[in-house]
Amino acid sequence: MAKIIFNREIDKNIYYLKIAGNYQGLMGQFYMLRGWTTCHPVLGRPFSIFDLDEQAISFIYRVIGEGTQLLSRLRKDDEIELYGPYGRGFPQAKGKIALVGGGVGLAPLYLAARELRKQRSVEAIHTYLGFQENAILIDLFDKVSHRLAIDIGGYISKMVDVNSYDYVFACGPEEMMKAIVEQKKSERPHIFLSLEKRMGCGIGACLSCTCQTSSGNKLTCKEGPVFPGEEIYFE
Amino acid sequence: MNNMLQVQFGNITFQNPVIAASGTFSPDFEQHFDLSRLGGICSKGLTLYPRAGNKGIRIWETASGIMNSVGLENKGVDLFIQQDLPILKKLKDKGVRIIINVSGSTEEEYLRAVELFSKEEVDIIELNISCPNIKGGGMLFGMTSYAARELVRQVRKITSLPLVIKLTPNADNIVKIAQCCEEEGADGLSLVNTFNAMAIDVKKRKPAFNNVYAGLSGPAIKPIALRMVHEVCQKVKIPVIGIGGITNGRDALEFVMAGATCLQVGTANFMNPFSCARIIEDIENFLREEGIESLEEIRGIL
Repeated sequence: MAKIIFNREIDKNIYYLKIAGNYQGLMGQFYMLRGWTTCHPVLGRPFSIFDLDEQAISFIYRVIGEGTQLLSRLRKDDEIELYGPYGRGFPQAKGKIALVGGGVGLAPLYLAARELRKQRSVEAIHTYLGFQENAILIDLFDKVSHRLAIDIGGYISKMVDVNSYDYVFACGPEEMMKAIVEQKKSERPHIFLSLEKRMGCGIGACLSCTCQTSSGNKLTCKEGPVFPGEEIYFE
Repeated sequence: MNNMLQVQFGNITFQNPVIAASGTFSPDFEQHFDLSRLGGICSKGLTLYPRAGNKGIRIWETASGIMNSVGLENKGVDLFIQQDLPILKKLKDKGVRIIINVSGSTEEEYLRAVELFSKEEVDIIELNISCPNIKGGGMLFGMTSYAARELVRQVRKITSLPLVIKLTPNADNIVKIAQCCEEEGADGLSLVNTFNAMAIDVKKRKPAFNNVYAGLSGPAIKPIALRMVHEVCQKVKIPVIGIGGITNGRDALEFVMAGATCLQVGTANFMNPFSCARIIEDIENFLREEGIESLEEIRGIL
């Protein structure tokens, strides 16, 4: 059990949850969170790591169903269980990098930006964030990006010149990720997408989160959640 | 000190009665605890040929339970033997019993799959005649005593490995099917697999699952599973593995008192990856506190 430092509503139904403790994790990996000790809901909820240091780990989530509703009721000093880190995150990258987030899909990109900034081989990090109504967390992203572009109510994918980057990391609505992949015209941009799937165990046992890729069925939780963009079959 | 937890399942000794159930566990749980503490590990349901599994939603939560419709996605026996079995064998060397869960669409498929495993160093074949999520085969072999008897008879002929039959609670008369399996030479039984269940997405006005029905597991089914294990244990002499919503040591002990020799923990692994380890500790603590020297003392006392 871990203690909550804060669990703040930063926009309607969107929460910023910070938990005390020295947790491990790489950019793009996730944890299963359980903010209840009863056997209902049965399953934990998977969330990408938003930020991490030696004192705390944090997550961004949107309230959608029962599990996230229960999470949203937690307050400072309440206890929470978390299991992880799970999954395969973003790869090491170099050159010019674009980070593209749609809504709460921005969550894994902050840690990515922070990690990438430490690397000498990275020339520039351009962050593109799209929102339906209100922009969130832009101050934080501004500090870790060489350039930050925001779109509200439109299509963030249209602002990104995918082919001018060496690496593109994206997370958000499927439509957005598909649009990013479709822009690719050359070998140059290595596109990596962080997928969201209904999960059971988070650790590769239950096979609930299988996704179809060009190299067969893959487990989103274990072989992902980050996949090369061209491997993904969009529905 | 774990001797008090040791159980005898037919000719096989388990260092403790707790087995990680099919399709709910993988060697990756090593990230959370030392897997050599387990009594046994049951493989994912395997079929002779690879299966891609079901399309659409595969898991759905309900009150204290989950429904799944994975549809036996697996890499097939050959690849499993090549890639996964070596990892399990390492655990076997540390005293963990390895159980291979075999399923199929036809008798021929079951037979050929069991044949392949009979050449391998595994401890038990768990014949899955109870998967509700595949069309044809699977649970059809476990719904009537005639079909179950036929399949067990044929499989018994071709393997000398200990054979455990995994039963479905969806059959009309699970006791009768259990008795038929015993008569045909099964070495043990495991019960229950998931309950056929349904969920509807009211906004879409459609079933949640493409297959309409799916298998319900978890704490929600525990009292019914317990009753079935109790009923079967009254009527058969072969040992029984109790399965169904076991989430803590108390649940596990209930199954032992109802007559089960071993236990499988499934859905609880999703609630908490340490579940199996905690259940083993809980059972041990109970035995100490109550001054019980072996599970034998409380098995089937009701």
